[in-house]
Amino acid sequence: MNLIQIIFWFLSSFAVISAIMVLVSKSPVHSVLWLIAVFFAISGHYILLNAQFLAIVNLIVYAGAIMVLFLFVIMMMNLNKDTDPQKNIWIKLAGAVSGGCLLMVLVSLVKQATEINGKEAMLGKGDIGLIGTLGKVLFTDFVVPFEISSVLFLSAMVGAVVIGKKDSKLENN
Amino acid sequence: MPISNYIIFCLTLFTIGIIGVLVRRNAIIVFMCIELMLNAVNLLLVAFSKMHNGVAYLSDKSSIVGAEAQVFVFFIMVVAAAEVSVGLAIIVMMYRNTHSVDINFLNRLKN
Repeated sequence: MNLIQIIFWFLSSFAVISAIMVLVSKSPVHSVLWLIAVFFAISGHYILLNAQFLAIVNLIVYAGAIMVLFLFVIMMMNLNKDTDPQKNIWIKLAGAVSGGCLLMVLVSLVKQATEINGKEAMLGKGDIGLIGTLGKVLFTDFVVPFEISSVLFLSAMVGAVVIGKKDSKLENN
Repeated sequence: MPISNYIIFCLTLFTIGIIGVLVRRNAIIVFMCIELMLNAVNLLLVAFSKMHNGVAYLSDKSSIVGAEAQVFVFFIMVVAAAEVSVGLAIIVMMYRNTHSVDINFLNRLKN
């Protein structure tokens, strides 16, 4: 068992445990912090796969921007352990069992698949994850979707403002 | 690293996300579990991209086979960022109307 395998198993177990803690935590703030831990573990996986650009973007966009947005909303609503709505125990059990069944079916499918026998994900080598390569691909083959995504951002911004605006009709009721 | 390890790891993360959507009633936690599922898919896309690149790497060291998958992951992140801003605005709106983030209040959308 060499160093890369040790790092892989450490990051994987860390991510899975943190993801379970996201569900188990009673307080929403703790859930957000555990989710940030999952994102850090996934960024570690990206670095292991030599996808450095995505590792940094994952940290900046997900752990930096999106989770701060979540924290802001939780802070605004003043959510804590006492206001957290809970489902009844049988529904929780049913959800866990059905999810476990899905995982079991999918894993047995992966174990049986012959197409992926002996296929390896290359770790630490290859330069497709570097910014230069990805930038060249992004601005040649994918330049139209890239420009369209700016329109998507504009519409998302306008949508968020329109939805979040105080409705004067509701205020009067 | 065998690709099946990555597939099983990502399936585990994805299933935890699904269980979270089924089990929790807090709208923000449900939303966070959707983000978790998106991230599991992203990681699997990158692992497959490195799998295809690894085959091409043997004959050509500067091959860029598989770079499309990483651009695709980049676009998924772009769409996720836009989706989160709109989704959180909807949750804030819902909180303003019902004074709760319980998704069971959404079972009567009329009125």
